[in-house]
Amino acid sequence: MTKVSQSELAPPGDQQLLIEGASCASCVNRIETALKQVPGVSDATMNLVERSVMVSGNAPADSLVKAVEGAGYGATVPASSSDQETLAQKRQDDERHYQRLIRNMFWALVLGVPLMGYGVAGGSMMVTSRMDQLVWLVVGLLCLGVMVFPGRSFYINAWKSLLNHHATMDTLIALGTGSAWLYSMLVVAVPELLPAAARHLYFEATAMIIGLISLGQALEVKARGRTSAAIQRLIGLQPKTARVVRDGTEIDLPLEQLLVNDQVRVRPGEKIPVDGEVENGESAVDESMLTGEPMAVPKSSGDPVTGGTINKTGTLLFRATRVGSDTALARIIQLVRQAQNSKPAIGRLADQISAWFVPAMMIIAVVSALIWFNIGPQPTVAYALVSAMTVLIIACPCALGLATPMSIMVGIGKAAEAGVLIRSGDALQKAAGLTTMILDKTGTITEGAPRVTDIHLAGSLAEAELLSLVASLEAGSEHPLALAILESAREREVALSPVSEFAAIAGQGVTGTVADKTLLFGNQKLMAAKDIDVQPVAEAAIQMAERAETPVYLAVDSQLVAVIAVADPIKTDSASAIRRLKQAGISVVMVTGDNPVTAAAVAAEVGVDEFIAEVSPEQKSEKVVELQTRGERVGMTGDGINDAPALAQADVGFAIGTGTDVAIESADVTLMRGSLHGLADAVAVSQATLRNIKQNLFGAFVYNAAGVPIAAGILYPFIGVLLNPVIAGAAMAFSSVTVVSNANRLRLFKVGQSQ
Amino acid sequence: MIGLINLVGLVLIGLIVWWFWLYRPAAAAVQSAEGGEELTIRVESGVYLPSRIQLPAEEPATLRFLRKDSTPCAEMVLFDDLEIAQELAFDRTTDVHLPPLPAGRYPFTCQMKMYRGELEVVEKA
Repeated sequence: MTKVSQSELAPPGDQQLLIEGASCASCVNRIETALKQVPGVSDATMNLVERSVMVSGNAPADSLVKAVEGAGYGATVPASSSDQETLAQKRQDDERHYQRLIRNMFWALVLGVPLMGYGVAGGSMMVTSRMDQLVWLVVGLLCLGVMVFPGRSFYINAWKSLLNHHATMDTLIALGTGSAWLYSMLVVAVPELLPAAARHLYFEATAMIIGLISLGQALEVKARGRTSAAIQRLIGLQPKTARVVRDGTEIDLPLEQLLVNDQVRVRPGEKIPVDGEVENGESAVDESMLTGEPMAVPKSSGDPVTGGTINKTGTLLFRATRVGSDTALARIIQLVRQAQNSKPAIGRLADQISAWFVPAMMIIAVVSALIWFNIGPQPTVAYALVSAMTVLIIACPCALGLATPMSIMVGIGKAAEAGVLIRSGDALQKAAGLTTMILDKTGTITEGAPRVTDIHLAGSLAEAELLSLVASLEAGSEHPLALAILESAREREVALSPVSEFAAIAGQGVTGTVADKTLLFGNQKLMAAKDIDVQPVAEAAIQMAERAETPVYLAVDSQLVAVIAVADPIKTDSASAIRRLKQAGISVVMVTGDNPVTAAAVAAEVGVDEFIAEVSPEQKSEKVVELQTRGERVGMTGDGINDAPALAQADVGFAIGTGTDVAIESADVTLMRGSLHGLADAVAVSQATLRNIKQNLFGAFVYNAAGVPIAAGILYPFIGVLLNPVIAGAAMAFSSVTVVSNANRLRLFKVGQSQ
Repeated sequence: MIGLINLVGLVLIGLIVWWFWLYRPAAAAVQSAEGGEELTIRVESGVYLPSRIQLPAEEPATLRFLRKDSTPCAEMVLFDDLEIAQELAFDRTTDVHLPPLPAGRYPFTCQMKMYRGELEVVEKA
């Protein structure tokens, strides 16, 4: 059925099938002929080298597969390129698998539960007479039925793994249940071979264990489905179609057919299908699903829009700039997926153990059996068998193997929901262990959009003329200060003149000639270097700095004419986010190229412990190294462009983006919204995830470390207890469910300011 | 009788050690792929078939995984050394594109390390 729907979704015309088992030219003919006979097929052409066949027409894919199979070959539909289709397909597959496991559990328990009930109620599980032999033979055959039908996959998988020199969980289950059944059948067939006390039967164990483990696996399938909720939500953000304006008419097109530069119309309440630039219309767009930013963002002509966000108030006409796998959403999905499957260092130990685990358990089972056989109480054979069987059944490599990946899956997904993209499991582990966070001031703590707030004149030059000169000087510069000056000039509509001999002096300012006047525009260092006395404006400059504004001096022909205050407003929530970081046990350091007085004012306002002023970009990364050599684990947060060296040097680099159009490949962690709360969220989620992993690993280690010796009978000499294999089966089945469920608990973790 | 059973036990332990840890399959069991050709690996009944794959060094390659195993364990293939993690769709093929690699051994596994395979990247003769 699914295959039919897939073919309906496929673009009309060609569909591809991958062929198995075709090795010669005559196969090509046979396969093509078989396909051409399917109703709806107009042509079929096979490529023997690629082992694929291209089929034209509108026949459903499953009838094509059947036709190829009918001709004696195998065929599959290649993996679908659409995430949504893949997801729907996966859900169906999981559901089918779940149903099958539940059926298996049912039939195994139908036999196992009455048998076990009979034993618990005091019924004899021994063979003492001919009649017993006959009755138990029937039970044994029924049990074989359970092994062959509901339990089939355990034995087949165990056998195939064995042939490939691998041992898996299936090996353990097959050996445990298989040996119980073989022993019991031996008792039924030739009881005389064994001492009377050892003629106990374990058919109920075989059936119960198969039933319980099937149940455990079914629950695991369900729980695993929930761990990928975040990625499913992201995939679900993408609409299936877009309303495209081509040649003046509007048509609804499947997303796959959208091209770059297509004009797309989105009405209020609709999802924006792909990334683009608004050409016409005004609206507010809800980007919270990607950035975690709750406020709708106003959009008008020239503004970028992002696929997957929701258009709220007006109709927008935009030009598609990125489609398909290039869109921000597609890249986010890809990044989250990749990160969810990466493993942090903490998980590697478990991996090492998993690799040795199963054969080691088999050896422990044999050793345990031998010990019982040699020095155990009578009947030694029965005790030896039970201990070996129980060791095999209780040992669970799954819990160990699943502990880390399941938590990482949920944790990274959870972070993505809050607009925090964590690149890898390693980055997450490091983020959880940070001791110091360095924050760049401009653009991180502040808005990064400075503006001129005050002009203090010190000469005869009028304000407008002065602004005209300095704006002309800065016209070619891209420094944030320059942008502030230009914006101010634009507001006051002053005219600009050409500039010559322009030079930027790193960390100091700029010089140049405008209208035959030599201009110097920069900080106190620049003025000092050029022997210009700033004393006349010293007081004004200090006042500006104390207001957290940056004073910039202007000299014309070696005469100081003004000091201009440029302020970069502090983001309203920076202080509360910094408080959250400090509550998480992280000391916060601010770095800035700004002067110490301004830096001190900003630091005091947002409550950072330590600040370093007047640092160049290179010095930022030196500062990171310095802290690292002091033994600190250092996070660096910056805009990801100017701070790139420091971001790379830090243990974890956080790139703070504004909006969704960020280079998401640039840092260990990308914060999709501008708020520093994203940073606090990233740290909080990382810490919670690492805690969760530790709980899981601890649980899995303790489970195996305690369960296996108990199963081997270590308690027997002291309190006379030997574990029942059925209990071992239940414990094993639920140990992996427990790990996955604990990981799912992370989904309830709340990110945000309230934390 | 007791001696015999003990002996059987010890032999069994020896067999487990040899079969699962010490044994290295002969080179004949290795599948090799040349020059950009795709190689199909079936994921079935708890194993990758073939599980050992030989590839020429410094050449990109594509591995085509065909997952026939519906257990959740089979849904992901990881190349830890290459930082590749690919979800495998059930009953479909999924291509894993490998960058040019220096000679060496690169294991690939499921998330729980139960399904195991190995890429053997060798210098061209």
